[in-house]
Amino acid sequence: MLDLLRRLFAGTAPSASAAKERLRLVLMTDHLALAPEIVEAMKRDLVDVISRHVEVDREKIEVTFERQDRAVAMLANIPILSVNRPSPPDRSLPPPVRPRRKRGRRRAANAPVPAEPAPAT
Amino acid sequence: MNLGAALAKAGKRVILVDADIGLRNLDLVLGLEKRIVFDLVEVAEGRCQLRQALIRDKRFPALSLLPAAQTRDKDAVNEEQFAAIVDQAARIADYVLIDCPAGIEGGFRNAIAGASEAIVVTTPEVSAIRDADRVVGKLDDRGMPIRLIVNRLRPEMVHSGDMLSVDDVCEVLAIELLGIIPDDEEIIDTTNRGEPLVLVEGNRLGAVYQKIARRLEGEIVPFTTFNNGLRQGLFGRLFAGLKAG
Repeated sequence: MLDLLRRLFAGTAPSASAAKERLRLVLMTDHLALAPEIVEAMKRDLVDVISRHVEVDREKIEVTFERQDRAVAMLANIPILSVNRPSPPDRSLPPPVRPRRKRGRRRAANAPVPAEPAPAT
Repeated sequence: MNLGAALAKAGKRVILVDADIGLRNLDLVLGLEKRIVFDLVEVAEGRCQLRQALIRDKRFPALSLLPAAQTRDKDAVNEEQFAAIVDQAARIADYVLIDCPAGIEGGFRNAIAGASEAIVVTTPEVSAIRDADRVVGKLDDRGMPIRLIVNRLRPEMVHSGDMLSVDDVCEVLAIELLGIIPDDEEIIDTTNRGEPLVLVEGNRLGAVYQKIARRLEGEIVPFTTFNNGLRQGLFGRLFAGLKAG
């Protein structure tokens, strides 16, 4: 959504925005030194863990990567269908909102301070 | 080389170092190719003094070139030798501009061995930006300050959405902007003749390089918006930064 607004304001149309999006993804993979299959596997595992506690809509899961300064943040938007799923004992339900994963690009000492969460898109 | 000429025109003592050993070209674009006696490798091997290898540009007495060797390869010099030459050059100049070869191998490591600051130049194309990002990562690992020049920008294409804007490039690479150079046929014309652009009075690109030179000197010079499709660099980046947060 923010991207769309940015596009409207900057007056950029298809190929430049496609270039930016493709670069964003390819650089993310370059930085993490992770193959796309591993990113897919991470997505799957993340959903599996959350599914143990709540019922999620697997079809509508969105996982995106965002540049934050010279680091990459993995953002997962996982719609929750129902919180009535029996949860394991001793465990409270995780908050039914977007879990955030932050991944530093290099040594932790160089990692920028995580920014405030973006407003809902 | 145009940046070096712009700094020299502003009265700074500048030494240009062509670090692209085996693929010498800075001499040719500067129009100094007939005056080469010694080269960088011969300085490194102690076969001549640095001063003997420097070619003074007659048009800008403050500008000198240390040419690369043309018939040797990148391994002819090591990082220590390179750093020592740059240190020596820095003692007799205000700026030592090192023209780094393409790639991230030995030639690149040599070129950055003696550098205290890096200027990354990229065009607004995906392949160039990805490569620039790798280079930025390598320089970043060494803790080197890095600034960005976006080269060969075509404002009309940015305006129509067919080229990444300077803000896009800055956002993707996340480094400070030093300058924006529009694509211009005049570059080809002047390099054909071996004349730095800043020599030509009233040249619009010459003015662009002079602005970059002033920014290197620490002056705050507003970025040219080549048309309204191109948002002002600093504010655009601040804006992008807020949104990314």
